[in-house]
Amino acid sequence: MQKFIKLNSPIIPLPIENIDTDQIIPARFLKATTRDGFGENLFRDWRYDANNQPIADFVLNNPQYKGNSVLVAGENFGCGSSREHAAWALHDYGIRVVVSSFFADIFRGNALNNSVLPVQVSKSFLARIFSFVEQGQEVSVTVDLEAQTIILDHTQESESFDIDPYKKTCLINGYDDIDYLLSMKEEIKKFEVQHPLF
Amino acid sequence: MKQTLFDKIWDKHVVAQVGNLSVLYIDKHLIHEVTSPQAFTGLEKRGIGVWDKTKIVATPDHNVPTLNQHLPINEPLSRQQVDKLKENCQKFDIELYGLLHPYQGIVHVIGPELGITQPGMTMVCGDSHTATHGAFGTIAFGIGTSQVEQVMATQCLLQAKPKRMRITINGKLKEGVLSKDIILYIISKLGTGGATGYFVEYAGDAIRSLSMEARMTICNMSIEMGAKGGLIAPDETTFEYVKGREFAPKGEDWDKALAYWKTLYSDADATFDFEVAYAATDIEPMITFGTNPGMGIKLSEKIPTASSTESPESFKKSLAYMGLAENQSLIDLPVNYVFVGSCTNSRIEDLRIFANYVKGKQKAPNITAWIVPGSKQVEKQAQEEGLDKILAAAGFALREPGCSACLAMNEDKIPAGEYCVSTSNRNFEGRQGPGARTLLVSPLTAAKVAVAGKVC
Ligand code: SF4
Repeated sequence: MQKFIKLNSPIIPLPIENIDTDQIIPARFLKATTRDGFGENLFRDWRYDANNQPIADFVLNNPQYKGNSVLVAGENFGCGSSREHAAWALHDYGIRVVVSSFFADIFRGNALNNSVLPVQVSKSFLARIFSFVEQGQEVSVTVDLEAQTIILDHTQESESFDIDPYKKTCLINGYDDIDYLLSMKEEIKKFEVQHPLF
Repeated sequence: MKQTLFDKIWDKHVVAQVGNLSVLYIDKHLIHEVTSPQAFTGLEKRGIGVWDKTKIVATPDHNVPTLNQHLPINEPLSRQQVDKLKENCQKFDIELYGLLHPYQGIVHVIGPELGITQPGMTMVCGDSHTATHGAFGTIAFGIGTSQVEQVMATQCLLQAKPKRMRITINGKLKEGVLSKDIILYIISKLGTGGATGYFVEYAGDAIRSLSMEARMTICNMSIEMGAKGGLIAPDETTFEYVKGREFAPKGEDWDKALAYWKTLYSDADATFDFEVAYAATDIEPMITFGTNPGMGIKLSEKIPTASSTESPESFKKSLAYMGLAENQSLIDLPVNYVFVGSCTNSRIEDLRIFANYVKGKQKAPNITAWIVPGSKQVEKQAQEEGLDKILAAAGFALREPGCSACLAMNEDKIPAGEYCVSTSNRNFEGRQGPGARTLLVSPLTAAKVAVAGKVC
């Protein structure tokens, strides 16, 4: 897994609530058997019309936001299906951080397993970011995983965010859960002996 | 210590604790073609095999056609994914119920009907509707592909223990109110994020009175309010259902299992992090009007106004997608598509409810209906009971099993702009095909619409 330590980037604002995984990556693109190339179809049906023409007013089609690696989205980001393809699509597109005031559970886990950092901020902090965007301000942020802070570069307003300490270590070092669980083989075997239930 | 049902099962499966995370042992792992290929590749890259192949069951469901399953799959990418599952199962020696196998079907339909799903287990699947199995008093939840790989590699998952919620429904359900209406009602109250971070126990005499199939419909949609999973304490109805099924314990093992299962309930004074109760008599047939399952109303109600909601902008965006207006009643809305199927409502009881209503009536001429059984076994039973004949006489046809128009990964796609009255679980934008407009309902409401040709 790719390491994540600190990142500074202008944001991509997407002030929509309840963005579900079917929007992040529609089901018809889940037919691949590898993890690569999903970025092309990130937000496919919001990005392109039925004739595959880019929809001009969708944020990912706005050249101003090209190359930015922090997505800032409305509350309850990633609800819906368990498809990890949503996290793969974000990562493949170049998104390394998603900021929202609330994340759906499975998405949060999938993101963390793919080096996409979910940064949960307060509703007021989120509203503040969107209000700057509305005023035409270009917003960039610094996300520091070690310090667990997110800072708005132009005002230096900051907030701290939570992350499980184990997950934090994994991200900083680029480890994944399987490496960890495999190191526990003996304990798992012992458990199995006294767990004859099924 | 007074314990909730959830705690009783969870605690029995903790191998070790790593800070806030538990190393949770998983008893059964269901896999399908969409979320497993990259996990198998991961194992190969690491040069390891599966921990315990006897704990894994595989079946193709998401991509499969629902007509002519004896022929090669037309769509090359779907075919490739289904073939890949077969190839991986051969390579890793995993039991596969492939196409045309008498046990093939939607993962969440076959687990229970084969007796694979049992009370007190932990179960996972790379699919968010794994919560379905919670109806048996099982801790069951959906996982991502990296976690599919984890479970295949170690039979364990690193998990933070969720909080516990109890939703109690007491009283007698009104005539014509099905369990689908109960869960749509609950989600309309709690919202799509209302149970995030929680494992939900459904309780109360209205829940107790339900059949296993109806209970599965409720637990199935727990994820639609963000819950990690949902569960119902096992009781005589549960034991009766499990007994005698293919993989259920037999003889002495059964007696032992049963004695254990009878200990699986929340202790009288157990505390929950959140509790809520609804009266069964307040629930009526429900329908969704928006683009998430929380946007539901009673059929007798009108769509709310944007200003009465928490996020008027998102609400308006939803209505625009749906081609509906604030304050509008859905009654008489013309509909051309009806889908009966999905892991929410494709079991034999659902087909019976549909067939029973349409018996002696005729499908409305404008309606295209896809009636898709959840599994080969359901299909067979429907034929044995003559439901296929009743459907045919009314102008409907029973298709072959799979997820079908629930997520439109096969050919069963609702055309852009069309309304589809659907017994599935998600009404997200484009879920049933790009531009499709989904209205979630119970199988009974679906039957009424299929005959009337409009919402009624
Ligand atoms: S029927 Fe629908 S919700 Fe259920 S497993 Fe299949 S795609 Fe997922």
